[in-house]
Amino acid sequence: MEKKRSFEAFALGATFLLIVILGTVFFFKPWLPELASDRGEIDKLFYVTLWITGIVFIIVQGLIGYFIWRYSKEKSEKALHYSHDTRLEVTWTVLTAVFLFALAGWGMKIWNGTMLQPPPPNAVAVEAIGQQFAWTFRYPSPNGMFARIDPKLISYQNPAGLDPKDENSKGNVLSKNDLYIPVNVPVLVRIRAMDVLHSFFLPNFRVKQDAVPGMTVSTWFTPTKVGDYEIACAQLCGLGHYTMGGMLHVMKMEDYQKKIESMRKIKVGIDMKFVGLKGNSP
Amino acid sequence: MTQTAHAEHKLSFFRRYIWSQDHKVIGIQYLITSFLVALVAGLIAMLIRLNMAWPAHTWPVLGNLFPNGMPGGVMRPEFYASLFTMHGTLMVFFFLSIALIAGFGNFVIPLQIGARDMAFPFLNALSFWTVVPGVIVMFASFFLPYGAAGAGWVSYPPLSAVKEAIPGSMMGQTYWIIGMVFFIASFTMGGINFVTTVMNCRTKGMTLMRMPLTTWAIFVAVLLGIFAFPSLVAGVIMLMFDRHFGTSFFLPAGLYIGEKLLPNQGGVPLLWQHLFWFLGHPEVYILMLPAMGFTSDIFATFARKPIFGYKAMVGAIIAIAVLSFMVWGHHMFVSGMSPYLGAFFFVNTIIIAIPSAIKTFNWLTTLWRARIHLATPMLFALGILSIFVTGGLSGIFLGNSPLDIHLHDTYFVIAHFHFIMAGAALFGVFAGTAYWFPKMFGRMMNETLGKIHFWITFIAYYCVFFPMHYLGMHGMMRRLYDPTRYAYLKPLQPINVFITISAFVLGAAQLIFMVNFFWSMFKGKKADANPWKSNTLEWVAASPPPHDNWGPEPSPVVYRYPYDYSVSGAPKDYLPQNIPDSEIQNTSAY
Repeated sequence: MEKKRSFEAFALGATFLLIVILGTVFFFKPWLPELASDRGEIDKLFYVTLWITGIVFIIVQGLIGYFIWRYSKEKSEKALHYSHDTRLEVTWTVLTAVFLFALAGWGMKIWNGTMLQPPPPNAVAVEAIGQQFAWTFRYPSPNGMFARIDPKLISYQNPAGLDPKDENSKGNVLSKNDLYIPVNVPVLVRIRAMDVLHSFFLPNFRVKQDAVPGMTVSTWFTPTKVGDYEIACAQLCGLGHYTMGGMLHVMKMEDYQKKIESMRKIKVGIDMKFVGLKGNSP
Repeated sequence: MTQTAHAEHKLSFFRRYIWSQDHKVIGIQYLITSFLVALVAGLIAMLIRLNMAWPAHTWPVLGNLFPNGMPGGVMRPEFYASLFTMHGTLMVFFFLSIALIAGFGNFVIPLQIGARDMAFPFLNALSFWTVVPGVIVMFASFFLPYGAAGAGWVSYPPLSAVKEAIPGSMMGQTYWIIGMVFFIASFTMGGINFVTTVMNCRTKGMTLMRMPLTTWAIFVAVLLGIFAFPSLVAGVIMLMFDRHFGTSFFLPAGLYIGEKLLPNQGGVPLLWQHLFWFLGHPEVYILMLPAMGFTSDIFATFARKPIFGYKAMVGAIIAIAVLSFMVWGHHMFVSGMSPYLGAFFFVNTIIIAIPSAIKTFNWLTTLWRARIHLATPMLFALGILSIFVTGGLSGIFLGNSPLDIHLHDTYFVIAHFHFIMAGAALFGVFAGTAYWFPKMFGRMMNETLGKIHFWITFIAYYCVFFPMHYLGMHGMMRRLYDPTRYAYLKPLQPINVFITISAFVLGAAQLIFMVNFFWSMFKGKKADANPWKSNTLEWVAASPPPHDNWGPEPSPVVYRYPYDYSVSGAPKDYLPQNIPDSEIQNTSAY
């Protein structure tokens, strides 16, 4: 009996081979942005997941391509009547479950470490307030306190709505779109929003947390490298969403303290503390 | 029932093609309506991609076409927001849901279960004519002074609730809500009809465990819709009240928008996200399950082999459906929802991957030692499998909540759902059309055009969406009007250009499909009753079937499950469901 494969079978097989090769090239590269925080466990989990899913991807896509190529001869033998096999089905169900739960168990451990643990007592606190279309950052008074905020008091001179009756309002410092934090010290970010949803996204730190009006959501991490990194907004917040970037400046502790002190010195009423309003830092 | 007599009537043009109560005509009406929506939503996608590759570039020709959205030829950011909002809304609800559930469901289910029509033919016509105003309202919203809704297809408040927050939240968002209400009303009517039909109208011998997987999948998908959509109805009505009647369901105290303090207090923005995703996640399966059903039926037919593990397939469909109600929070890992709750949704999400994996393995085993015929429906079904695997694997990243911290709201998510949900469903529409076209119109689609269409679509689809994983890993956010504003995203721009060019190829290839569809409807080769030599009951009826499907003869009686292919001892490599054991050797019976 003549056995002939159609051109399509070859082409289809080749296409799947191509997908597999592309997929392979794809997963050998280090794809995440440079890491600058202590959340390296996330990267490890990411790359292990990439390996496992990458191998499964190659095997399954490869098999689809191979089966098409192998079993699409125009006059091949009759198909096998093979409708079920309980042992086989149980085996692959259990295997899949084992792999998935192993990844999930590890993921849960990381989730617990990053999201469910309180920040260490030596953490430096800062507040990130999202608004259309800028980030306002607020640093606490030297005693570590944030002043009360009342949206009724928001004005051009008082963009965060600090309550002047609160003693701490005098020590609070604001900066716009530029955030200064010390290196190798845990940083607790209290994330809030004034108008709509935003999302405080630090691509180099594996940090993302939505800013929700009416809520204060906290997240903490430890920066590990001195340098300037971009801050992004990851949640659609209006027509200027794409402009809502900022800069995160990770500094040595001394530099950080000097920076905050210098910002605190410019104090003629609350308005003047709003440094960088016109885009220039003090 | 009086339906046999009913068939003898000569129907007027109006009763036959416009206000028809024949499930087959209604199915085709739905299908063609959905193609029209897909055309608009696809053109919108082209505009989105144009701007992604060359943000804020001047296109004088387009300036003339869209004087409001692109004055002087430069796209406005608010127009861009309306585009991606409406692309998502139209594609998910008004194209894929309508085509797969209402279109194919209507056409195929009564035929596959041996019924003469749906249980409630009047309700069926009514449900179609309810979705049409929904489509019109959605299209009309583009012509409003401030444009169509622009808060994303998820329409998160406060952006969607406060008029000053974005131009699309003026009347555009209200039109969006009205359009959705029409859609949901239509889906609910259709859903009740489908469930009743499958429960009550099966022919003799058609037990539940003899139903083809297409029917199983659509049956379970409409159950999902019936249980999930009420949550969105509640959500959109609350949103309507927040927008127009001064309530504060989603608006907390202290909102400072457009230089003024809003009077609202006491609302919770996250409530909307819960209500939306309680529907939104099952909706993903509402689209995917029918495509899975088509894949199973087409694989068995064109591999000349029983679908491997029929019972496991049915079990997986039901398991996916049940679990899909317990995973909605995985869209909200970093939304501000309690991370303890996130852990719960994380575990459920990992569990739901298991039935999906089972389906994949079963399909793969079906291909093993098969006799594969590479006709167009099979090519698209193989495409579904490939795309579903790719999308499923990226889901293992996103479902793992610590990885989602980095990947959430990036292009990785866009890549993921365009594979697993949009891609599998889109290929489902193509596979289903190619497969059932002979039954719908009594003519075959052109194979050559079908194959060219498949090849370009399949390759271009990978070229468009595969590189998006990389963009997302690198931290490129979704819904950005101009990603080059971020220094770290600027080096990625060549990838965006590549994706856009691939997207244009993908878009252009769909013209081949449209030409093939309408040309073959009138000029295609005549089809006989069972051109694919398939087992399920729809292929027992004539092509196209008469008004009451089975003509003057009694409805077919079912003797076996639908996947008896290549049975040893049988003279042919297929064995239709209506052939009793005593007739197997009688080759003239089938």
